[in-house]
Amino acid sequence: MARLVIMGAGVAGHTAASFASDWLGKEHEVVVVTPNSQWNWIPSNIWVGVGEMSKDEVVFPLAPVYEKAGVDYRQAKAVSVHPEGKADSDAPYITIEYTGQDKEGQSEELTYDYLINATGPKLNFGATPGLDAGHTVSVCTADHAVHANVELENLIEKMKKGEKQKILIGTGHGMCTCQGAAFEYIFNVEHKLKEEGVRDMAEITFITNESFLGDFGMGGLHFKVGGFVTSSKVFAESLYAERGMNWIIGAHVNKVEAGKVTYELLDGSAGEAEFDFSMLIPPFAGVGFTAFDKAGEDITSKLFAPNGFMKVDAKYDAGAYENWKASDWPRTLQNPDYKNIFAAGIAFAPPHIISKPMSSPNGTPINPTPPRTGMPSAMMGKAVAASICDMIKGKTNEPTHTASMSEMGAACVASAGKGLFNGTAAAMTVYPIIPDFEKYPGTGRDLNGTTGEIGLAAHWVKHILHHAFIWKAKLKPGWTLIPE
Amino acid sequence: MATEHVKHIEAYSPQFGTMIPSGFQKWLRTCVLWQLVRFVAINIKMTMLILKSHH
Repeated sequence: MARLVIMGAGVAGHTAASFASDWLGKEHEVVVVTPNSQWNWIPSNIWVGVGEMSKDEVVFPLAPVYEKAGVDYRQAKAVSVHPEGKADSDAPYITIEYTGQDKEGQSEELTYDYLINATGPKLNFGATPGLDAGHTVSVCTADHAVHANVELENLIEKMKKGEKQKILIGTGHGMCTCQGAAFEYIFNVEHKLKEEGVRDMAEITFITNESFLGDFGMGGLHFKVGGFVTSSKVFAESLYAERGMNWIIGAHVNKVEAGKVTYELLDGSAGEAEFDFSMLIPPFAGVGFTAFDKAGEDITSKLFAPNGFMKVDAKYDAGAYENWKASDWPRTLQNPDYKNIFAAGIAFAPPHIISKPMSSPNGTPINPTPPRTGMPSAMMGKAVAASICDMIKGKTNEPTHTASMSEMGAACVASAGKGLFNGTAAAMTVYPIIPDFEKYPGTGRDLNGTTGEIGLAAHWVKHILHHAFIWKAKLKPGWTLIPE
Repeated sequence: MATEHVKHIEAYSPQFGTMIPSGFQKWLRTCVLWQLVRFVAINIKMTMLILKSHH
């Protein structure tokens, strides 16, 4: 019997655990280690953050699902990785510290034959002074979104009393990713204000580390509209302009105070923005594991990149932007030194960012870091699980499945307001996620696979996806038929 | 009024340099019949994308 240990139960980890337990059956052991007791369909946190959904609609308890699937669920956080075992044992193991199951604070060693790191990110609120001080809100977790909605409701009450309010939504650091979440939230807030009849009482501004609106951390995208090949810059700017919303681009928020942020722009100038309500996305970092060899020497830098994400089969020495290629991106997601360790989702270390690197004249890097949430995360989790299952069953010693972001597309449905007949969303497909300028000269993407439009139909798609993915995550009948 | 949908744009503001949808385009976005067509189209596009992406 082999044991597969999966650290993390987000989109990548839960997908890997679900498929691995299905494919391996009872002959082998699948163990999931996550500090969380609940699974969260994060894309719908946006709707929680504007009061259109309750927390209960976007989360469910993990324990019964894993019990049904035969997965050994440990509510614990992984602390360290020991890929060579220890002095008296060659068995690789991780150390975990329980956060629930009536074992809070207890530590344990958990041996593995194969390990998947799918821990997702650490929400690095500490990277920007004041971002963790409660002056702003976030929608990164369901609880954060509930709090955001409470604050938004208070704001709406003030507007109904005739007080004009300033709203600032965007990224809280120059190295943030997940601009899509901020994008969705600002449009949902604007939609909510219209529904409440107070839109004219709010001045709404988007602040972003993107060098242009519509970069989305992917260097933007192009698609065919009305006989033109149009940039996502025009698409995104149009959406903001149509709604009378302002934007600040190329901004590194360097300080958050009560009612005010200060920021540095790509041209080196400094600025301030005042707010009565602000939702700022924090930057992401690896969760901060340590790793040790058999002798107990620290090998964290061997297993993890300086940002805390795990090294895999990527080309980490690609050099300057001019040398970057789509093939720099990992395919098997296997660690090069320890072949029984894989990383999936946000947890793997990208070889470099996707957007062109930029910094201010003061040397401050201001560019989005690569998005790898949602569909890519799920596809990586499934591919890694498939490779490991083949290896466990003795079919091969090498990974049999790949999930390179340079060979896969992504579908993104960004809500712009919820409502069965008056909701809208932007539906975008991009192929491939990593622009391949050798294969697709000019825009780097297949114009037949890269599309964008806004409308009610996309909202319906988003709403259906909400229910479909929660159905799938609960492993209800037919879950394997729902694609990633 | 023909310019109703652009009257909030200030000259030489950032919003001045981009496309603004016409009233008809905005109407199409929530026109149920047209959106049923787009719903089918979006699903086809996403299905094609998924099929191309699995290796």
